[in-house]
Formats: sequence, C-alpha cells, structure tokens
Amino acid sequence: MFISFLHSAIRFSTIFLFGSTGETITEKSGHLNLGIPGIMCIGAIGGCIGERLYLSSLADMTQMSGFMAVFVPIIFSMLFAGCMGLLYSFMTVTLRCNQNVTGLTITTFGVGLTTFLGNTLNKEGFSQAAVYFRQGFNSSSDWFSQLFLTHGTLVYLAIIVAIITAVVLKKTRTGLNLRAIGENPATADAAGINVTAYKYCATILGAAIAGLGGLFYIMDYVGGSWEYNIDALGWLAVALVIFSVWKPNWGILGAILFGALYIAPYHIPSNNAQKELIKMLPYLVTIIVLIVTSIINKRETQPPAALGTSYFREER
Amino acid sequence: MGKAIAIELKNITKTFGEVVANNNVDLDVQRGEILSILGENGSGKTTLMNMIAGIYFPDSGEILIDGKEVVIRSPKDAFAHHIGMIHQHFKLIDVFTAADNIILGEEYKGISIKDEITAIRDAHQKENSEFFDYNPDEDAGVLEYMSTPKRHKKGATALSVAAVPFKHLFRRIKFGWLSRNRAQAIQSIANRYGFEIDLKKKIYDMSVSEKQTVEIIKVLYRNADILILDEPTAVLTPQEIDKLFNVLRRMRDDGKSIIIITHKLNEVMEISDRVAVLRKGEHIATVETAYTNEQELTEMMVGKRVELNIDRSDPHDVADRIVVENISATNHDGIKVLDNVSFTARSGEILGIAGIAGSGQRELLEAIAGLQKLNGGDIWYFDPNSDNEKVDLRSKTPVQIRNLGVRLSFVPEDRLGMGLVGNMDLIDNMMLRSYRRGKSIFLDRKSPKTLAERIVQELEVVTPSTHTPVRRLSGGNVQKVLVGREIAAAPTVLMAAYPVRGLDINSSYTIYNLLNEQKEKGVAVIFVGEDLDVLIELCDRIMVVCAGRVTGIVDGRCAKKEDIGLLMTKTSQDEADISLKHKEGKNG
Repeated sequence: MFISFLHSAIRFSTIFLFGSTGETITEKSGHLNLGIPGIMCIGAIGGCIGERLYLSSLADMTQMSGFMAVFVPIIFSMLFAGCMGLLYSFMTVTLRCNQNVTGLTITTFGVGLTTFLGNTLNKEGFSQAAVYFRQGFNSSSDWFSQLFLTHGTLVYLAIIVAIITAVVLKKTRTGLNLRAIGENPATADAAGINVTAYKYCATILGAAIAGLGGLFYIMDYVGGSWEYNIDALGWLAVALVIFSVWKPNWGILGAILFGALYIAPYHIPSNNAQKELIKMLPYLVTIIVLIVTSIINKRETQPPAALGTSYFREER
Repeated sequence: MGKAIAIELKNITKTFGEVVANNNVDLDVQRGEILSILGENGSGKTTLMNMIAGIYFPDSGEILIDGKEVVIRSPKDAFAHHIGMIHQHFKLIDVFTAADNIILGEEYKGISIKDEITAIRDAHQKENSEFFDYNPDEDAGVLEYMSTPKRHKKGATALSVAAVPFKHLFRRIKFGWLSRNRAQAIQSIANRYGFEIDLKKKIYDMSVSEKQTVEIIKVLYRNADILILDEPTAVLTPQEIDKLFNVLRRMRDDGKSIIIITHKLNEVMEISDRVAVLRKGEHIATVETAYTNEQELTEMMVGKRVELNIDRSDPHDVADRIVVENISATNHDGIKVLDNVSFTARSGEILGIAGIAGSGQRELLEAIAGLQKLNGGDIWYFDPNSDNEKVDLRSKTPVQIRNLGVRLSFVPEDRLGMGLVGNMDLIDNMMLRSYRRGKSIFLDRKSPKTLAERIVQELEVVTPSTHTPVRRLSGGNVQKVLVGREIAAAPTVLMAAYPVRGLDINSSYTIYNLLNEQKEKGVAVIFVGEDLDVLIELCDRIMVVCAGRVTGIVDGRCAKKEDIGLLMTKTSQDEADISLKHKEGKNG
C-alpha cells in the first residue's frame, strides 16, 4: 500500500520536476517565465503532433518501434516548447517587454492553442505508443524494483536532467556565468560574458525541458488520452522552484513531495471536500517555505537578485 | 617624455538622446604613467572611460591601441586589448566568493588543433636543426640520427601529434569544470602582488576597501595593461587611500598605464603624472601635474575663476536644538548598529560626523528622523517656534518630526533610491514633498514648478528642462536637486548625509555654502561627510563614530586629519588593549 503510494508519487513528480528544472534554468538567467504552464501545454501538444506524424508514416501499427515511438515525440515536444521559449526570450530580452505580462500571455496562448489542437488531433494508436512510454527496466515485485525500476523513460530522464542541471550550475564555468547573469547582468557583461546569448539559451533550453513535463502527463500518466489539467500542474511547477530554493537537486525531493501531496487524496480515504483541501497542500507548503526562507534571510536561499528585470547595457 | 603611447582616442563623440556626453574628445595615455581625468559632474568622464572599457560604443571617432586602430564593441573586446576598468559602483556579485568573482567570464582560449600540431612539429624540427648545428660533420649527424634515440623522438612526436585532439577535448571539459582549489590558485596571484585578502570570503561579508581590492585583482588576473579606476577613493578612509595609491604606484612602475577619475584635487596632485581636464563633454587640456596647481586646474575645469575657500563664520546665538542621550539600536541581523550614542546638535552650528561608511551614521540620522527603531535612550528636541519647549522626539511619528522642522536630506549610495523617483520629472519630484499642502482635489503644479526652476538656476543643474525625468540626469545633478529641495523647506534642523558624494568641486562648494547659509540662519546642521579635509574646514565640531559608537568629538578649528583617521578605526579591541595596559601599569 505504502510502496504503491510512493511509487505513484515518484511517477507523478516527473511533471513537476521537468517544469521546475526548466523554470530554474530560466530564472537563473534573471527571467521569470510565468509562461511555463502554457509552455508545458505546448510541449504536450507538440509531442502528440510528433507521435501522430510518426504513426502516420507507418503502414500499420504493428511496425511501431518502441524507440521511435518515444524518441520522436520527445524531440517534437522540445522543439515546440523551445519555440515558445524563443518567443518569450525575443520579447523579454530583445524587445525588453515586461516579463510577467509576457509570461502570462504565453500561458493563456498555450492553454488555448492546446485545447483547440487537442480536440482536433487524431489520437488513434496513442494508447499503444503509451505502452512504450510506460515501459520500465523490469517488473519484479520486490520493493526496490517496484519503487525505482518500473517507471517509464521520462521519469528517469527528468531525474537525470535535474541532476545534470544542478551539477552544471554549481560546478562549471557555464553555470557560474549563468548564475552571475541572474544576480547582476551588468557585472556579468563587464566581465565579458555574452549576456544576451546566455539569456536566450537558458530560456529556450528551460522551455524545452519544461515542455517534456506536458508530454509525460499526456503520453505516460494518462496513457495517450486527452486531459486539460496541465496548466494547473504547471503553476505548481513554478511554485516548486521557490520550494526548492532554486536548486534542481533539491527539486527532485520537492517534486516527489509535491507529487505525494497531489495524489494523496486518491490514496487516503476521504470525501470530496477533504480531497480538495488536501490538494491545496502543495501551495500551502510553498507559502510556508517562502516565509521560512525570508525569516532565515540567508543570502544563498534568496532568488536571483536581478530576477524579473530586463538588462540594457547603455541604460543610464 | 619618450614613453610609448598605450592608448589614444581621436575625435570621440557620444550622445544619449539629446544629451551630448562627449564631443570630439582627444586623449592619449602613455605606458607607465598615471593619468588623472578631472571634470565636473556630467562632463563626460565616466562615459568616455566606459567607451574604452566597451560598455558604450562611440557614435564617431577612433580608438588606437599601440598605434593600431581597434574597435571595442564589448567588455570582452576590451579584455582582449588588455583594458580593465574598476567601476565606481563595484561590479561584483554579492553571493559569490571573491575568487569566483575574479574568474567570472574568463574563457578557455582554445588554440586551434592545427596550430598546436604545427607547434609540435616546429619544436621537433628545431631540435633536429640544433643537432645539425652542433655537428658540422653532416654524415655523422645522419648516422647518429638513423641509429639513436633521435629516431625514437620522431615516433614520440608523431604520437604527441596524434594525441592533440584528445588532449584538447580533455582540456575543454576540464576547463569548464570549476576546480575545487580555484580560490587557492588565485590567492597565490593576490599574494604575489602583495594584497592581503581572503578570496574564499563572500562579497557580502566584505568591507568596501576589500571589495575594491577584489576588483583590482580581477583586472590584474585578466592581464590588464591599461587600468581605469572610476572614483576609487570616494568610499575609502585616508589610510586605505594611501594603501591604494601605493599599489597604483607599484603598478605604474611595472609599466602599466593607469587612468584615474577623481574629484579630489589633492589626490590628483599627489598621484598623477599628467592631468586631462574635461568640461561639458569636451577635452580642454592635458597638463603635466608638476607644472600646474589646484587653482589652475579648477579654473580649467569650471571655465571661470572660483574661490576654493569655505568661509566658516563663528557660530552665534548657539542653543541646544537636539540632545541625544544614550541611544542604542540593532539591525535585523541582531548586530548593534548604534551603541550608547550621546551628543548635542546646536543651532547656528555645523556638527560634522566622520566615520568609515556604514559605522552607524545612517542609523543615527534615521533615529532622529523617527525612521529607526531604538532599544533605549532619549532624543530631545527644543522647539524654537514655541519658546524652546522640550519635546520628546521618540514619541513622535516621522511626519510629526518633519513638521517640527527636522529635515533629513539623505543621499545614499543609490542616489535615486531614497529621495527621488527616477521616472518622474523635476517638478513631480518637488511635489513629493508638498502634496500634503494642497487643498483642492486637483494638483497644484505651479509652486513646485517655480521651486524646480529656482533650484535649476541657483545650483546650476544641467538638464534640458524641468520636465526631464530625473533618471536621465547625471549623478551629481540628481544630488543637487535632492539637497536643494530639502533646504527649500526652511528647516530648523538639517541633516545631510554625504550631500557631496560624487559631486564635482564646483557643485560641492555650492553645497557647502548652502549649508553655511543655513547655519547662519540659525539652523542646526548635521553633516555626514567622508572627505576629512572638508569636514575640518566646514564643521564647528566633528563627532567621530566607529562601529556604532562615538569615539570622540573634536573641535573642527583645531582638529588634525590623522587624529580623526585614528578615531575612525578605533575598535573596541584597541580600547580593551589600552585599558588593559592601564591596569597592568597600575598593577606594576
């Protein structure tokens, strides 16, 4: 019972983890991308379009190869989400629009477009493809394999991406430069770092990673059918960034906690009202974390100092 | 002089919108010299330097380095030409360690694989030719070559050529990886130049002078030959300035070119070899420091004769205005910022406050203005408008204190932060202080407009019009607007913190004279300053603070700069030592 609860929590955490890792990368460059929920939706629909294109290219479903059925949607999902990231960074970096407004616009746009396309897309064969998404390493029933080896590809990918991001941010020159830009772009610029290029790359890469969260939800979690719930989860991913105090490695544990809290109502016997109350817990936890970090007031747990501001070298 | 010219500027012009910051400026700097750049606020010194450092790009004109024309489009280009700039507001990242700040932005300069292979082959060839040189007998050479380790060497060369691409890959990965010992590696560089600093410390834990040291190490680490320092002494104590100047002289003797921007004429005379004077964006002249004097430089800078004297009148009708008794305060980190401070501010007198930046000056003034929470002590105000009635300021709200006539004109490091709104124009900023007076529901824009115009005229604020957003004015002009507005409110107590920070000499003296005028009107003036020469010339009494405690109150007329400098750095540890010695003396 507990094992299966934990198993679902780890599985569900993937959507948060992708979103928060992507958003963390973006925020480290000083850009608050509130478009993440919309970008996750776009990532989902992009992946579905990729899957559709791949399936249409086959003569019949029996020719489906597991690798391609997973690989093609991942590429498409990242491509679509990355395009939204490009749009966002073009508006906020080059045109220096207000980041909050731009982000919210992208969310609204993304959700709307996904609803429209999701209804019209032919989803034939998706459930077979979803089997490949869900395939784990083995299916033996001891607790270790149950918890850690039975998940689909994207679950492991999310954790690997989060760990790589954490290492790159902390241990490499690229990460140092990126963090510097988020803290003080003028300083980074004076140090000879190409601020614009870093900002573009971080935003686009962040968006592409976040997009995979949407893909996971559609192809793995709900198994190839269509549900409009991604943007709500996207907001939680943004909250998770604050919860993990901008550290993707903490984000892994945070995502599992968020996942556990989110699915708890389905595992704890409760009535509808209680279910809704339990669903609020992740938000509550985020507020508590914000309060705690501001009380501790340690410089390392604060958001990047230049978060939300645009940078223009010749401004005076 | 016969020294080589390191960098030369020709006909540089730069405009910001309608404002011409630099107009056809010519300038040259030689190797191994210190050049001062002197000019009033808004005369385009910083803009000019920013163009060398790649922050701004000139509209027209050319920059020559070692006689060759170069294009500097970004700070990166500037580094490539060995130019390093230490900005007035330090460009450091607070949450990083000093070492990380120093290596920031540095890139792995990959030599191309082809070049490296050629280099290995050349080295190999050279070895062989040396071999032949040493053996005039050619046959012997060939024989030996065929049969001896030389042949093995050829194999080794081929092997190292083949290994080059892999070594490259490895180095690239390795270089992107931050070494665990990076702080120590840079520490050795710092030690070599004789800097005493712990590079593992985070920037937010550092003092201003330490931060400046980090900035200097940063440019040295990048092999800068041309160093630009923008007002480096503004925030340092006299002792720290001496230390800095020694470092600069050492670097000059090392053959580096140093450009230093400063407002303080005595420093110009002390440190520089030549002085370039800018006025209103134009280059007036470059003169040898040895053949000029302060008066001449000021005239070139301002364009007219100015008196550099502060006429300090003797205080008259002195009466206690504010009495502060034993106040203490802690900041939100729980550190004591004010520790048992007591003093009296009298009307018709200027009380100077000297101390290293951040020793509690700000908190002290804010306490009087009712903005700082106190842990204990009393602040009494004697109201001249109601027969010197004793009023307890601690029980009043900031607004009530303001209405009593206690005015705080605070000029923080961030000039726009506390006093003015950057995006609003001069008139609106005047209104920030008068909006309560209006009776109609519509705004009265007329009187703020006249006030703004008066300030622009009297203080010679350089601005296209009173409708220009304050953000667009240069730092010194912003400050004039701020101080002018506070003085216009006809206060009974005027507190001015760093009112001349970053101001040029002419406007500084305008402000000093304004303060003197206020004093003669019977206002109690409290002046927090950083230039000790000025404090000694201007103030009737000088209170020295150190780490939130008053370490001494001296008479401005007979105080010595060195004594004040000592009081400024007198820590409780020193005191403890002294008292301990006393005890020992008594015991012995």
